[in-house]
Amino acid sequence: MMGKSVVALEAISKSYGTVRALDGVDLTVYEGELLALLGPSGCGKTSTLNVISGFVDPDHGRVLLDGEDVTHQPVWRRGLGVVFQSYALFPHMTVAENVAFGLRERGVPRREIDGRVAEALKLVRLPAAGSMRPSHLSGGMQQRVALARALVIRPRVLLLDEPLAALDRKLREEMREELREIQRAVGITSVFVTHDQHEALGLSDRIAVMHAGRIEQLGLPREVYEQPASRFVADFIGASSVLEGVAVDARTVTLPGGERIELRWPRALTPDSLVRLLIRPERVELGGSGPNTVSARVANVTFLGDHSEVRLELGGGVRLLATVRGGVVIGPGDRIRVTLPPDAFLESQ
Amino acid sequence: MIARGAALLLLAFLTLPTIVVIAASFNPTAILSFPPDGLSLRWYENALTYPQFRRAAVNTVIVTAASVAVALPIGTAAALALVRYPVPAPGAWNALLLSPLVIPGVAAGLGLLILAARLGLLANRSVLVVAHVVLVLPFVIRSVMVSVANLDPMMERAAASLGARPWRVFWRVTLPLLRPGLFAAVLFAVIVSANEFVVSLFISTRVTEILPVAMFTYVVNYTDPTMAALSTLFIAATFVVVFVADRLLRLATMFQIEDPR
Repeated sequence: MMGKSVVALEAISKSYGTVRALDGVDLTVYEGELLALLGPSGCGKTSTLNVISGFVDPDHGRVLLDGEDVTHQPVWRRGLGVVFQSYALFPHMTVAENVAFGLRERGVPRREIDGRVAEALKLVRLPAAGSMRPSHLSGGMQQRVALARALVIRPRVLLLDEPLAALDRKLREEMREELREIQRAVGITSVFVTHDQHEALGLSDRIAVMHAGRIEQLGLPREVYEQPASRFVADFIGASSVLEGVAVDARTVTLPGGERIELRWPRALTPDSLVRLLIRPERVELGGSGPNTVSARVANVTFLGDHSEVRLELGGGVRLLATVRGGVVIGPGDRIRVTLPPDAFLESQ
Repeated sequence: MIARGAALLLLAFLTLPTIVVIAASFNPTAILSFPPDGLSLRWYENALTYPQFRRAAVNTVIVTAASVAVALPIGTAAALALVRYPVPAPGAWNALLLSPLVIPGVAAGLGLLILAARLGLLANRSVLVVAHVVLVLPFVIRSVMVSVANLDPMMERAAASLGARPWRVFWRVTLPLLRPGLFAAVLFAVIVSANEFVVSLFISTRVTEILPVAMFTYVVNYTDPTMAALSTLFIAATFVVVFVADRLLRLATMFQIEDPR
C-alpha cells in the first residue's frame, strides 16, 4: 500500500552549539499519506519539519523531494505549503490578498488568481471572507485561511506545525476532523508536528515518535500504541505504568511487594532475571478475580467526566495507574482488589 | 487634588514661554515686550519677507529632506541588524549609534567645523546634511527597532514558504509591517533636524544656514518682535507636523496591530 516516496530524509543531523537537535534522522513520507511527528518539546520534531521546509540547514544528511536532492535549495524554491502554529497571516492584507500571495509571487495571471483564491476559500468553507482582515477573524477561521493560503499554490507537500495547538478544546476537535477531510479531499502528502498523542493517533496514517533528536518508532497508530518499541514510546503514548520484577520461572514474575504475576509472552523468561513490565491504564481492572488478582491501596481518584483516573499503590510502594469509565465509588485509603490480565503486559527495554 | 494642581502648574510652566512668545509676536511696537501693547501683524510680514529668512527656510527644507532621506534607510538597516542578527558587541554598537544624544553639540559642532574646513566643504550644505544624519540616526534607529521587535519572524518565513525571494519578502511583508516605526522615525527626524541649532551654528555660512541659525543671528542684531512672529510660525508648523503624523500613525497602527486573540 506504500506509494511513491515524496519526502525522504537521509541521516539528517543538526546541532546548535553543543545541543544535538537532530541525531541521524531517516524518514520517508509516501504519496498521499498524513504523517505525524510526535514527541515532547525539544525532541526535534519541529527541527525535522524545518529541515523539510528549508528553514533549517542540516549539518549532515540529505533532503529529497520527489527523489530530487533539495538539501541546499532555499525555502522559496521548494514549493511546499507551510501552516504555522501562529498562522502568520499577513495583517496588512485582506484574507483574499493573503491567499493570493503565493500565486502572485509565482507570476500566475491575475484572472486565474481570483478564481483559484475563491476556490481555495471555498475548500476551507470561508467563501465570503475574502475582503476581511485576518485580525477580524476567529482563531478557527484564521487557521482555515492559513490552510487555504498554503494549499492554493498546489504544494508538493503540506507541512503543519502544531496546527491545532492555538485553538480551544472544542474547536480543536472540530478542526481535527475538518483538517483530515480536507487533506483526504485534496489528497496531499502531509507532515504535521504535534505534542498531543490523541491528535497524532486520531489524525495520522503513520506516526513517527521522536525523542532526543531521533525517531524512536515509526509506524501505524495502532502499532505505536499496542507495540511500543521502547519504554519512552510506551510512556509517552498512553501513560503506562512500569512494574519492575524478578522472573521466578519462564512465565511468572514476582513484584517487590511479593505479588506473583503471570505473563503470556511469546518468549520464555530467564529465571532470576530482572523484568520490566508495562501496562496501559485502561487494561488494569478494578475488582475481578482469576489470575493476577492482587491487593492495592487507592492513593488518589480523579474524576474526568467520561472516565476516572485511579492511582493505586501495590505492595512495596509500587505505583499503578488505572482508568475506568465514568465515576467510581472508591476513595483514597480504600483497599481494593485489582486484576492485571496476563495478556495486558507489554515488554519494555 | 495636590497631584492635579502640580500637573497644572507643570503644564503652565512648560507652555508659558510659548504663550509669551506668541503674545509678543503681535506687539505693534518695535520692542519685545509682554504683555503686548496692542495687536499687529507687521512683524509677521517682516518675518515672511526678510530675504535671509526665506533663504534659510529653503535651506531647512533641503537639509531636513536630505538628511531624513539618508538616515531612514541607514537607520532601518541598523535597527534590523541590531534586533535580528547576533551582532558582535551589541552594547558597543548601541552606545555608538546613540552617542549623538550624549555628546555635547558644541563638541560635535567644533569637530565637524575643523573637519569641514580641512576638506574645504564649509560653504556646502552637504556638511549640514552629514551632521544632521548623524544627529537624527539615534531617533530613527530607536523608532524602527521597536517595530522590528514587534515583527513576528514567522511572517517572513510564511512569505518565503509561499515562494517569495528574500527581497520580495522584504518589500511585501517586512517593510509594510515596519510602517508604524518608519512613520515615527520620519516624524522625529524632521523635528530634530528642522530645530537643530548648536551643531548647525558651527558649520553654516550665511548662504547655507538653516532657520534656527538665521533666527539666532537675527536676534543677536535686532530686538524687534520679528523673531517672536517667526517663532510662532515655527511652533505652528511643528504642531501641524505632529498632529498630522499622529493621525496617520494612529491610522497605521489600526491596520497593523492584530487583535490579541
